[in-house]
Amino acid sequence: MSKELIRLRDLCMAYDDELVLDHLNLYINDKEFLTLLGPSGCGKTTTLRIIGGFSTPASGDVLFDGVRINDVPPYQRQINTVFQKYALFPHLNVFENIAFGLRMQRRSDPKDPKRKGKLSEEEIRERVMEMLEVISLKGFENRKPDALSGGQQQRVAIARALVNRPKVLLLDEPLGALDLKLRKDMQIELKRIQQQVGITFIYVTHDQEEALTMSDTIVVMDKGTIQQIGTPEDIYNEPKNAFVADFIGESNIIDGIMVRDNLVQMYGRQFPCLDGGFGENEPVDVVIRPEDIDIVPLEQGQLTGTVTGVTFKGMQYDIIVDFRGFKWLIQTTDHSPVGAKIGIKIDPDGIHVMKKSVYSGMYGDYSSFSDAYDELDDAEAGEDEDET
Amino acid sequence: MKRGASVFNRVVMALVFLFLYAPIFLLIIFSFNAGNSNMVWKGFSLHWYGQLFHNRLIMQSVYTTLLVSFLATLIATVAGTFAAIGFYAMRRRWRSPLMTINNIPMMNADIVTGVSLCLLFVAFFGLWENFAVWFNSFGLFRLPTHLSMGFGTMLIAHVTFNIPYVILSIGPKLRQMDKNLIDAAQDLGCTWMQAFWKVVLPEIKPGVISGALTAFTMSIDDFVISYFTAGSSASTLAVTIYGMTKRRVNPQINAVSTLLFVAVLLLLAAVNIREARQERMAAQRQS
Repeated sequence: MSKELIRLRDLCMAYDDELVLDHLNLYINDKEFLTLLGPSGCGKTTTLRIIGGFSTPASGDVLFDGVRINDVPPYQRQINTVFQKYALFPHLNVFENIAFGLRMQRRSDPKDPKRKGKLSEEEIRERVMEMLEVISLKGFENRKPDALSGGQQQRVAIARALVNRPKVLLLDEPLGALDLKLRKDMQIELKRIQQQVGITFIYVTHDQEEALTMSDTIVVMDKGTIQQIGTPEDIYNEPKNAFVADFIGESNIIDGIMVRDNLVQMYGRQFPCLDGGFGENEPVDVVIRPEDIDIVPLEQGQLTGTVTGVTFKGMQYDIIVDFRGFKWLIQTTDHSPVGAKIGIKIDPDGIHVMKKSVYSGMYGDYSSFSDAYDELDDAEAGEDEDET
Repeated sequence: MKRGASVFNRVVMALVFLFLYAPIFLLIIFSFNAGNSNMVWKGFSLHWYGQLFHNRLIMQSVYTTLLVSFLATLIATVAGTFAAIGFYAMRRRWRSPLMTINNIPMMNADIVTGVSLCLLFVAFFGLWENFAVWFNSFGLFRLPTHLSMGFGTMLIAHVTFNIPYVILSIGPKLRQMDKNLIDAAQDLGCTWMQAFWKVVLPEIKPGVISGALTAFTMSIDDFVISYFTAGSSASTLAVTIYGMTKRRVNPQINAVSTLLFVAVLLLLAAVNIREARQERMAAQRQS
């Protein structure tokens, strides 16, 4: 888990004078499940294509096991890819799709190292069958890809890449075309496969939930730069700026002033918190997750506001509360009717303080909150990424 | 009112088909005429077909036609396939105008294509003569100084007008193809050329075959362009038939024209049946 396998050094990339990657630096450890997460056009797919060898960076280096591989073509890299929409070969059946990489392999003969020979038919058969077992698709080897369901095609695409025993598997939004239920199953399935084969997975997605579920490390990207690198817990609990806080989960982001260590001021009131290391009276962004807010009787509230919207979500209610013109999202199991005046209380560990950034003031207000917007965003994200 | 319009429509339709097909049927019927008139029916006979096979001029032109069509189709299909892939890989900004340029020759009047190619060849031969004379003055080895139009120039012309049809029929197949397929093949160990043979070609094969069939049909029945580029040493069937009509009307023309008509008809049917079958398969795949 600790050995470094891939290092990206100062990568820059531009399409039509538009900067897609801006001096990107990243290292990836062996056997790690790393996710590149960000909105469409953030450069995550470009980064993946550079690692795979399908794009050449305008400047910067790609190191694999300490060796520079910028100019190594894809077919000579110990890296395989699961493509968006799978890219299975339609004219070949499942067996031949999986065997494709093995049939291309040339291995030096143990007796005569100069001669390179094909893999024997028995070995190919054995390895393909072994892969079919891993993806639980035994008995499907004679089917054509278009006779498989989306989830089955997905698994064949993974098998086709893994059968070559690469050191790294790249996955480009592989679950984007599946429905929600199947996607959740496949998330667990992918994590299981990764642990079973014990290799590095580099996963690209715009779905934060997918990233949180599967990853050892998440790299949040926007506008060609890395915003934050960390474990899912780090990224969720300690976002570095308003962009990360907003992109991962739901966040109320409020202007505040850091009075001193462990004390932050919002709405003219002081709240105890657990953050420190800021300048005295430094302006900051304060993140409060919707589930960390308790609704209390008016007189006990640290703040009071008016409920302007309630949505039933099954497990909880999403309540929009107006605090002097700034709308918060609160997730609670208690119902409060629209128009009710409520008080809220926030525990010190529910408050996270961030330094001001270019993203300050852009996110975290729920004035125009609607589920429809979120879904629209997701749909667009899937489409646009194709162009890059 | 409506009924009247519909009767009128049908009459017009009938007239259109009559004028289109009546001459061809007449030609086919009289090719089986025992007499040598195009107006008086003297009974059924295969006499003129028999004559045809003893006519050395016609047999020679049939051979020339088949050879030039076959070679032109082969060359144009290979060149057109790679050109189509080149177009496909281009950015849209460049692809659209270039595709328009590709489509113009198909719309262009054959006579313009024929005359312009003829002028090009003549101009090139002029330059070549100067070059050959200059080169021969070194005495290394002798280049022929005098070139003339013939089978070679006609072949070049046929390749030229066939390529756009091949590109046009392969383009849609490439666009239907998942564009990650080439990347996927390379990812699994293929060089670009191996990816082409193992993945791209099987995917676009229906388009390549339709393109080749269309090109072959175009070559077989071409008259105008061949007429201007064949010179005097080579002659296709169409050019020979034209020559025969200038001397005296010989019912052999009917027979040979009938054969040409049937050949082209069969090729067109083959192309259409293939396309219909593909559409049906594509529809099935989607459902």
